[in-house]
Amino acid sequence: MSAHVDISRLSKSFATAKGPLVVVRDFDLRIARGEFVTLIGHSGCGKSTVLAMLAGLSKATSGGIVLAGRELAGPGPDRGVVFQSPTLLPWMTAFENVMLGVDQVFYTAARAERRQIAEYYLTVVGLGESMHKLPGQLSQGMRQRVGIARAFALSPKMLLLDEPFGMLDALTRFELQQVLLELWNRNRLTALMVTHDVDEALFLSDRIVMMTNGPEAEVGDILEVPFARPRDRQQLLADPEYYRLREYLIEFLNTRAYTLKGQTPRSHEPEAKPDGDGKPPAAATEKHSKPTSVAFTAA
Amino acid sequence: MKKFPPWLSNILMPFVGIVVTLVLWQAISGRVVQSRQPDGTMEESKAGLLKDLPGPITTWEKTRKYVVEPFAKREELDQGILRFTWYSLVIVAKGYAIALALGTPLGFLLGLSKSFTKMFDPIIQILRPVSPLAWMPLGVVLFSNTGRAANELAALFTIAVCAMWPTVLNTAVGVRAIPQDYLNVARVLKLSRWQTLRRIMIPATLPYMFTGYRLSLGIAWLVIVAVEMLTGRIGIGNFLWNEYNNGLYTSIVLCIVTIGVVGFLLDRAMSLLERRFKTA
Repeated sequence: MSAHVDISRLSKSFATAKGPLVVVRDFDLRIARGEFVTLIGHSGCGKSTVLAMLAGLSKATSGGIVLAGRELAGPGPDRGVVFQSPTLLPWMTAFENVMLGVDQVFYTAARAERRQIAEYYLTVVGLGESMHKLPGQLSQGMRQRVGIARAFALSPKMLLLDEPFGMLDALTRFELQQVLLELWNRNRLTALMVTHDVDEALFLSDRIVMMTNGPEAEVGDILEVPFARPRDRQQLLADPEYYRLREYLIEFLNTRAYTLKGQTPRSHEPEAKPDGDGKPPAAATEKHSKPTSVAFTAA
Repeated sequence: MKKFPPWLSNILMPFVGIVVTLVLWQAISGRVVQSRQPDGTMEESKAGLLKDLPGPITTWEKTRKYVVEPFAKREELDQGILRFTWYSLVIVAKGYAIALALGTPLGFLLGLSKSFTKMFDPIIQILRPVSPLAWMPLGVVLFSNTGRAANELAALFTIAVCAMWPTVLNTAVGVRAIPQDYLNVARVLKLSRWQTLRRIMIPATLPYMFTGYRLSLGIAWLVIVAVEMLTGRIGIGNFLWNEYNNGLYTSIVLCIVTIGVVGFLLDRAMSLLERRFKTA
């Protein structure tokens, strides 16, 4: 059986004054139907660029993506995207934001049915009470819940998550990881997530793809996550295997992400964000994830 | 010292400002002094820093009939001040509507297309600072063969052509400022062009559009006085001009105050609307 998603020799380069800057080189990945794959790597390594190409928001310089037997050309609602910031339209209520996509995808369905779809997903993500509020009246975490509901409500062939919890505090992040996992357990959508949070990757994914540092980022290593589903965070944290895999990932990010490309660690400066995803520089995000890891080992 | 609660000081402080202004106005304005001449007759002469400026008290005494019966119509040129204002507001509303109807789409085109901007931005920048006094005669010429409507059409032309620019420019800025994230939502959902415009671009631009609308309304109201002076249309500007020609300076002051207050109220009303459409 061929893969549900087949990414082959995907490359992206930008023209600069000093000639083309290759951000991603020959990125190869096959994802099975119903698989949850995470791309992990340092900020600016091009993982978001890969995701943007899958979403169709950024055009690949070369290579191609086949989704469910069809070559992708441009964006479309067959892929549900959860952006880093929820990007809800502030003049529409949570419900209307979800309906915008539902109307577009299920235009043949009756209006009542479409409303049901939107209401169902908003209720599942825990917004049953506040679905008719404007985004401005919702907390950051609740807004991202709407973002998740919006993506799932499209019943897409694939789910794309671009650091979906990167802007949330640690507690809200745990909560939303749980929400995402529960929702995902219901429909097992094929998913590709980008993150630089090791624990998030381990908790959610079937496979973790580690990317080397950019420019010319590529797949450095792939880790199979063996934990059975449905997963429980407490059980996971009691499993010594969890810490072994965690060490493995951190070791990759701290050392091999650089050395695989013949770069020396520590001298690395984050690239001037050619992928324009507006992430904080690597140093800042590192600091951000450290306290979380302390909490984990203590638990 | 005890501090006033904010609501009280919000009322009190402007009130103090108004009183201070009235006192200063009274102090510098001209007054009539009577002096006994050597031959025993009384002669009146004007004194004061600005001898010909009527003070607030004189103004009130001489113009009260326009104010206490604001909607009276005694004669064509002798009507209550609000009745004159109403005539002016009607014509301003019409010209303003034309300005918005032309300016908003033009602003969208400028915001959406870089080449359109490159082509027409210089022209706009050249036309924008032209005074209504310069447009008015052209308007009269353009519509001179329309008979009785000529004056009104010329007035509308002048108001529209002067007032539309803030709408054009602010709308264009607003369209350019639409966050890429919002447009990405439209792309990901594959909204049609029409849907993208209606559901994303227009709502996202509304706050900017309303800033433009507010500024345009200010200009439209500014232009009306000049337009009425030149065309002789009945209205507050025309009343001001007639009273000037009659040497009734108190009426000029009354008109200035009225025009100012009406302009202020229009601006307030628009900024309330503007706030209602503030998103994000």
